Amino acid sequence: MKIIHHDQLQEQLFYERLNNGLDVYILPKKEFNKTYATFTTKYGSVDNYFTPYGKTTMKKVPDGIAHFLEHKLFEKEDGDVFQTFSKQGASANAFTSFTRTAYLFSSTTNVEKNLETLLDFVQEPYFTEQTVEKEKGIIGQEIRMYDDNPDWRLYFGTIESMYHHHPVKIDIAGTVESISHITKDLLYECYETFYHPSNMLLFVTGPIDPSAILEQIRTNQAKKTFRPPAEIERFRYEEPTHVARERHVIEMNVQTPKCFVGIKATNVYTKGKEKLKHECAIGLLLDYLFGKSSTHYERLYQQGLIDETFMVDYTEESDFGFGLVGGDTSQPDQLAAEIQRILLEFDDIDDEQVERMKRKKIGTFLRSLNSLEYIANQFTRYAFDHMSLFDVVETLQSLTSDDLKTVARECFVREQFTVCQVVPKR
Amino acid sequence: MFQEEVKTIGGFRLHVIPTKKYKTNTLVLKMKAPLCEKDVTMRALVPYVLQNATERHPSMKALRTYLDELYGATLQVDLAKKGENHIITIRMDIANEKFLGDTSPLLREALTLFSDMLFRPFTEGDGFSAAIVEQEKRALKQKIQSLFDDKMRYAQHRLMEEMYKGSPYALDVHGKLEDVDSIDAKRLYEHYEHMLKHDEIDLYIVGDVMLADVEHDVAERFPLEVRPPRSIATPTITIRTDVQEVVEKQDVKQGKLHLGYRTNTTYNDPDYDALQVWNGIFGGFAHSKLFINVREKASLAYYAASRIESHQGMMMVMAGIDPSKYERALEIIHAQAEAMRNGQFSDEEIVQTKAVIRNQLLETIDTARGMIEMSYHNVIATNQRPLQQWLEGIEKVTREDIVRVGEKIELDTIYFLTEKEGEKK
Repeated sequence: MKIIHHDQLQEQLFYERLNNGLDVYILPKKEFNKTYATFTTKYGSVDNYFTPYGKTTMKKVPDGIAHFLEHKLFEKEDGDVFQTFSKQGASANAFTSFTRTAYLFSSTTNVEKNLETLLDFVQEPYFTEQTVEKEKGIIGQEIRMYDDNPDWRLYFGTIESMYHHHPVKIDIAGTVESISHITKDLLYECYETFYHPSNMLLFVTGPIDPSAILEQIRTNQAKKTFRPPAEIERFRYEEPTHVARERHVIEMNVQTPKCFVGIKATNVYTKGKEKLKHECAIGLLLDYLFGKSSTHYERLYQQGLIDETFMVDYTEESDFGFGLVGGDTSQPDQLAAEIQRILLEFDDIDDEQVERMKRKKIGTFLRSLNSLEYIANQFTRYAFDHMSLFDVVETLQSLTSDDLKTVARECFVREQFTVCQVVPKR
Repeated sequence: MFQEEVKTIGGFRLHVIPTKKYKTNTLVLKMKAPLCEKDVTMRALVPYVLQNATERHPSMKALRTYLDELYGATLQVDLAKKGENHIITIRMDIANEKFLGDTSPLLREALTLFSDMLFRPFTEGDGFSAAIVEQEKRALKQKIQSLFDDKMRYAQHRLMEEMYKGSPYALDVHGKLEDVDSIDAKRLYEHYEHMLKHDEIDLYIVGDVMLADVEHDVAERFPLEVRPPRSIATPTITIRTDVQEVVEKQDVKQGKLHLGYRTNTTYNDPDYDALQVWNGIFGGFAHSKLFINVREKASLAYYAASRIESHQGMMMVMAGIDPSKYERALEIIHAQAEAMRNGQFSDEEIVQTKAVIRNQLLETIDTARGMIEMSYHNVIATNQRPLQQWLEGIEKVTREDIVRVGEKIELDTIYFLTEKEGEKK
């Protein structure tokens, strides 16, 4: 067991890689009541084209299958795992993102039992044709729910416009049509490929004794047999730097229009510290330009082009990165033009402003560490791209105005912008 | 559990909740007044105007730049109703300097800014700045309108409107669209002064501090006059003998089915504990009857759940279903309610539900917000229910208590938002 000290943050992180390849991280938080644990596989909606374990050729699987698998893992021969967790006083859940599927629980009692349940249910799949068919109705309604949600449609509409080939453009849940092709055999094939311990990470945080918890995990894993780890071969999509579609308008049953400008980032193929720096730099720069303290925010607000829903966000994972700027607006065309103009006209930032933004970002990061959920989920996200959540402060501190100008030159290019709008149906 | 020190200082209560859990300190101000049609829109506007600018930081940019300098301190306002009370919440959250290698006392800076915002807002003549008020009126209108675009929230609001037609609980916390235009900067300022004199005000500080550390700084910065105690708002009782059914058609793909029940039990009642267990077995969790029967067995919905409004005495069921499955879903929901009434639930379901409620309460106090909300229940209610007592109360609930509280639950309104006919693909 290795101990990683983060003195300034007053945190100690315990780490071990088990014999079967599973990475285990434990962060004791003795002041909290609850323990929160996530068991995550590096497998998400973008992993739709790969060589299944034991096969020699690449295969394309139906859109939405990683998310479907997440739903089905909760069902066992003797019933639903939710029942087991609630009998043990825990609340359990799961989510699927572009690059990850995470299973989690939180509980204030029976932590050992709940941890055992978490490890066992994820590592003992039980899929039948009948239960797979039944799930199609449930997920069908989940998809319909998102279909009626204008914010979700705007979000995916923007991403869809940015990418020509990369599967990040595909909705995580798939479509009613695509999930109709999912079978139990396909689920097993994905499971066998991506749910090997060597492709997974377990994070446990709460008022726990790290040695005892680690010993329990070792014992649990030692009881099970796993095949040897194997490299996972994923199809690498060649993605041009320019966007697939410059403009996309979705007509919906809404009263207030919405508008996003999407920024497709380049230079997203790095890992580790370099990636962390890239992400922090773009995030900080976008916040400088469009955050509530910016000149632009104040002006756009006074002009009545934006309201409280106006947001700016940057996502960078695996081999894709995109920024989103926008929100509700009565004048979607004018807002789109303003945002693009601000991005293109950016040419300088002085050191004093960089320092202020760093302060803001560091304080914001500290605040996010109040949440055990944030720590576990973000730590895992970073770890899968060989970064550390606890390097964020140091990385922010190292940023210079030149770093920001570099990312601006790479990303603030007209061909890398897309506009997506949701407007009332005529 | 958690420690809370409370002290009345002039016209408000200061609550300090000392804890070492967090890397930031949280300040929350709650202003409470009866929910009423006449005032709701102005009350909704005031906090948004206040957070724009102060005398010392006279523009949005100046104020927000200062917050950035305070290590990205956050400032947010929101509005809520609890029973027939309208509650304005202003939150600030600021880094604890001990994690920063910075020695300037950030909490005191935050208190000063908070006080500036409340007592020394940016003004012009004898009112707020007209430009700011106009800008916030526009933003408020957009906010009120946006309710229509979020169909789940919309359906929930429509259910309340139908169920509590003509009484305050039917109001949207953001006010009424048609009342926004008539508000001007001077009138709004007068209303703000009225609020400072008459609202019931509670200030919470959560973080690595004790009452003694902050009491003086707070007293100095929050000169609120003593006010007569407010009368407690008791929910208007609606009496309806038949269940009303409202179907609304829009261009939607998924139907939103929302049912409103009168529980005739509130946070003040001794059998509120039993109601919580009732709701938990019925639809509060992923092991509940609604989730299992509507979702898992019948495969009709992705979500199917119930929740109670503690201070209003109402319970709501919601499910997102295919428009063609309205009758089927209703039938299953009614059957679950009927099963509850007939006592058709196992001892195991009771034990399991108590365990998750206990867990939920204990998890709530792992967040600053959760601790504050839990404490604030006791401001709203006449009956005090400290956490320890609450946990014990849940533990003591018997099968008979659950059946008895269930006998008081009556279905009031069924609301269904569904697709327009002829649009089926």
